[in-house]
Amino acid sequence: MIVGNAKPLAEILQMIESHQKIIIAGCHGCVTVCRAGGEKEVQILASALRLAREAVKNPLEIREVSLERQCDPEYLETMRPYAGDYQAVVSIGCGAGVQFLAEHFAALPIYPGINTNFIGVTERQGEWAERCQACGDCMLHLTGGICPIARCSKSILHGPCGGSVDGHCEIDKDVPCGWQLIIDRLRALNMMDSYEKLRPMKSWRTSRDGGPRRIVREDLTR
Amino acid sequence: MKAGSNLEKVLAAGHFAVTAECGPPRGADPEQVRKKTPFLKGFIDACNVTDNQTSVVRMSSLAGSMILAENGIEPLMQMVTRDRNRIALQSDVLGASALGVRNLLCLSGDHQTFGDDPEAKNVHDIDSIQLLDLVRMMRDEGKFPSGKELKGAPKLFLGCAVNPFADPYDIRVPRLALKVAAGADFVQTQCIYNIDKFERYMADLRQRGLHEKVAVLAGVTPLKSAGMAKFMKRNVAGMDIPDEVIKRISSVGKKEQPQLGIDMCIELIERLKGVEGVRGVHVMAIEWEEKVEEIVSKAGLLPRP
Repeated sequence: MIVGNAKPLAEILQMIESHQKIIIAGCHGCVTVCRAGGEKEVQILASALRLAREAVKNPLEIREVSLERQCDPEYLETMRPYAGDYQAVVSIGCGAGVQFLAEHFAALPIYPGINTNFIGVTERQGEWAERCQACGDCMLHLTGGICPIARCSKSILHGPCGGSVDGHCEIDKDVPCGWQLIIDRLRALNMMDSYEKLRPMKSWRTSRDGGPRRIVREDLTR
Repeated sequence: MKAGSNLEKVLAAGHFAVTAECGPPRGADPEQVRKKTPFLKGFIDACNVTDNQTSVVRMSSLAGSMILAENGIEPLMQMVTRDRNRIALQSDVLGASALGVRNLLCLSGDHQTFGDDPEAKNVHDIDSIQLLDLVRMMRDEGKFPSGKELKGAPKLFLGCAVNPFADPYDIRVPRLALKVAAGADFVQTQCIYNIDKFERYMADLRQRGLHEKVAVLAGVTPLKSAGMAKFMKRNVAGMDIPDEVIKRISSVGKKEQPQLGIDMCIELIERLKGVEGVRGVHVMAIEWEEKVEEIVSKAGLLPRP
């Protein structure tokens, strides 16, 4: 899922300083699962903003909304009938949701209420960790199902570097060395013979480096 | 000869090589580099010039290399993949060779979180092994990795670094084999304090026959004090300083510790000279260049060829 976390309240208060009537829009997708932008978080943010604005005698009217998904036009359109009654929207969907709202509601300022962090997993309750950088050319079959791009701090293709000690990365003792994990898996799978293969320089054209990406599926667009 | 550097010639002639290290200054004053040169000239075969080590911004390794060369010291330019993509790396390889640099050490570099600019973008377009392969291809095949012909191939004697003390131990020799296959002509090791572990590494390396394909230059750093030893053990990832080494340097008073550190370094070099496959030493006297002559001289390595 796409993992996000709340922006500081002060930052959001500053964004909406000049508004008296706003929508807070949540999303039932990824950000609900990672507890950053679902229905419950919409309520919590709305209450916090109301209280903060009452305290400075500048009350704020808020409509609390939770869309099925902010990344699909049909769900965004459900806001159409009432959006014009408000001065702005704070979206607590991911960065894609915030931008898609902005595209669809040209006359309304749209503000991000969360920071979008990474594509990751729930390691345990309340703890999420990165797994994928969306490089667009998956090589997990070669690395024991553990991604060197996402899990090595230097994204090196022939690791581990000299900074790997006791299974952790040189940048932080709480960060597992991605290449130690890869070696452990390759060994368990009896795949270490592939370790000494020289891997060609990776093409980053399929990653963000090639410019903004798009996928067109002719079978579905026709 | 692949590049014709002095270091390459010294090794090819079968001499025990000596390299040292010079970190460029944190500023634009060339005098800071020049003032170190009398401590090095004539005592070593080539001098590493670091590339923003520990991710702290310094004068570029190419500029530092040129200042050393002007002062009669052969530079061994370090190049990390942390800060430049393949376009910039290729361009700087060409530029360095054009200006007369003949030795290049390919590294990935310390992560930028260690330096003064932890907010910097982490490039790592290619890794250090791919950099070796890229420069070897440019040098030996006269081609860019894109396949386009070079007008004048770079002449660079290629090196890599290894840390025999990092984990997991059993991939350390295979990983060096990868670097040799990619193009490493010589290798400089992380500072050695745990000589027993290093000898085991060399034995594993010889078993693969790698000592015949790559010149191993053993890394040494004289300890200035017991405090320095304890600090490095605690704070430098992959630095293996056995307790008995710390005990020994702590056994004398603070005033005597620097001289004991020098003596221990000389003893270590004497022992390294006897390890099969070790073809030289890399003396990293960090901000202590004035001691290089004493170390090299007392280790019986003067005059240089």
